[in-house]
Amino acid sequence: MDWVNVAIQGILLGGLYALFATGLALVFGVMRMVNLAHGDLGILAAFLTLFLVESISLGVLWSALVCIAVMFVIGYLLQRGLLNFTLGTDDTRPIVVTFGLSIIIQNGLMLWFSADSQGLDAGRIENISIRVSEQLSIGWYPLLVFLIAVVVIGALQLFLTNTKLGRAFRATSDDQEAASLMGINNRHIYSLAMAIALAIVAVAGVLMAVRTTFDPTQGPFRLIFAFEAVIMGGMGSIWGTLLGGVVLGLAQTLGSQAFGVAWGTLVGHLVFLAVLAFKPSGFFAKTVTA
Amino acid sequence: MSLLELQDVDVFYGDFQALFSVSLSVEEGGTFACIGANGGGKSTLLKTIAGVHRPKSGQVLFNGEPVDHVPAHDRVGMGISLVPEGRRVFPSLSVLENLQVGAYGGRQGDWNVDSVLELFPLLKPLIKRQASSLSGGEQQALAIGRALMSNPHLLLLDEVSLGLAPVVIQRIYEAMRRLVGTGTTIMVVEQDVQHVLTVADRVACFLEGRIALEGRPSDLSSEQITAAYFGM
Repeated sequence: MDWVNVAIQGILLGGLYALFATGLALVFGVMRMVNLAHGDLGILAAFLTLFLVESISLGVLWSALVCIAVMFVIGYLLQRGLLNFTLGTDDTRPIVVTFGLSIIIQNGLMLWFSADSQGLDAGRIENISIRVSEQLSIGWYPLLVFLIAVVVIGALQLFLTNTKLGRAFRATSDDQEAASLMGINNRHIYSLAMAIALAIVAVAGVLMAVRTTFDPTQGPFRLIFAFEAVIMGGMGSIWGTLLGGVVLGLAQTLGSQAFGVAWGTLVGHLVFLAVLAFKPSGFFAKTVTA
Repeated sequence: MSLLELQDVDVFYGDFQALFSVSLSVEEGGTFACIGANGGGKSTLLKTIAGVHRPKSGQVLFNGEPVDHVPAHDRVGMGISLVPEGRRVFPSLSVLENLQVGAYGGRQGDWNVDSVLELFPLLKPLIKRQASSLSGGEQQALAIGRALMSNPHLLLLDEVSLGLAPVVIQRIYEAMRRLVGTGTTIMVVEQDVQHVLTVADRVACFLEGRIALEGRPSDLSSEQITAAYFGM
């Protein structure tokens, strides 16, 4: 029964990984841009929520909602004011710039909040669970995180397939020059994509902050897990990202259970490498060429 | 007043000059054909009018207003729509979605999904198919239909017959004749002279970035056109 417990935890943890990965996948899908600061921006959202809770004693839920809105605005301005200028002929420019951004965010957070580990207290929800049987119980909070991930990813998918703006996102992803000939302003679309990506990573950052402790240096780890989820799921597939996250979560928790806690992360990476070796395009690759 | 007027337009790709002081005017409701061999600057001309390229000097006037500062995506709302060379449909979108995206920044008017499907009935059974699975002719019809969804005042067509079977070209030109009938002003670039001269009321022959010959097709002899085409 231990194994079933662990597997369920792994699946639920996968929801959080998928939330971290979704924005990364969206930004890569729409503008072929790799954002190396994505994980740090999630951590920034966690600290921002902590700041709102501690300094103006807003409740955790309200602080999180304010934080998500703020991250949406930051995303739009960051893309419109800086990152749009890095796009173009040279693929390495956005990588270098977002790498620099990652360093700035980490050090800025360390200056402001120190390098200490922090936690966000969401109250009773963290400790209650559903007892399925004598040996099996599922925590409400991990379940809630997973359900939020499914809802957010489902909503993003609906937005992309069923709205005028969502179609413009996909058209821009296919062919940005042809899209501009349809009256689509690429720079605005890119900025909206980054805004949505950061709003989603803010959700992930806050949910993570309630679940575990966090400190300013954790962004790059979050980024690696997010990358692994995106690549295992298949570039360009939003639901694939959820599956990628679940596979990673499962591999990590089952690895910890089998070989000891220290091995969990390594088993996660090894499973990722195995997927890359045997199915390099991921589970649901969706690359279409004309 | 002409709908579109170019005054001494020079266009460069880096150091390479593609258009040399090109001047022309397109009348409202007319069909203006640009012919000429590869590298003549015809596609560059259309892309400049659509706002993809900016002239280094000279002016592009639309409805009497200079539009050189207007980015491509805003020209669609003014009524300029380009069907780019190579069709460039959105491969991962369905036929219907391609048409819907065509209306994104466009104007209000008579063109909608139903009227486009009436013009190109071959698209009707394909409406839910992914655009990447269409044949070349179907994609070309889709590309023209997509541009019409913006209800353009001026429709720019770049090499619409390139790489298509003769029977498909016939159909595309039939559709073009019907478009001319609706009063849409059309500017068309072609290498295939025979077809385009049947729809055009004005023709310019481009040679190495310059207009070598311009006039009404009925006033020009085929010897004159051949000479201008090959630069003899």
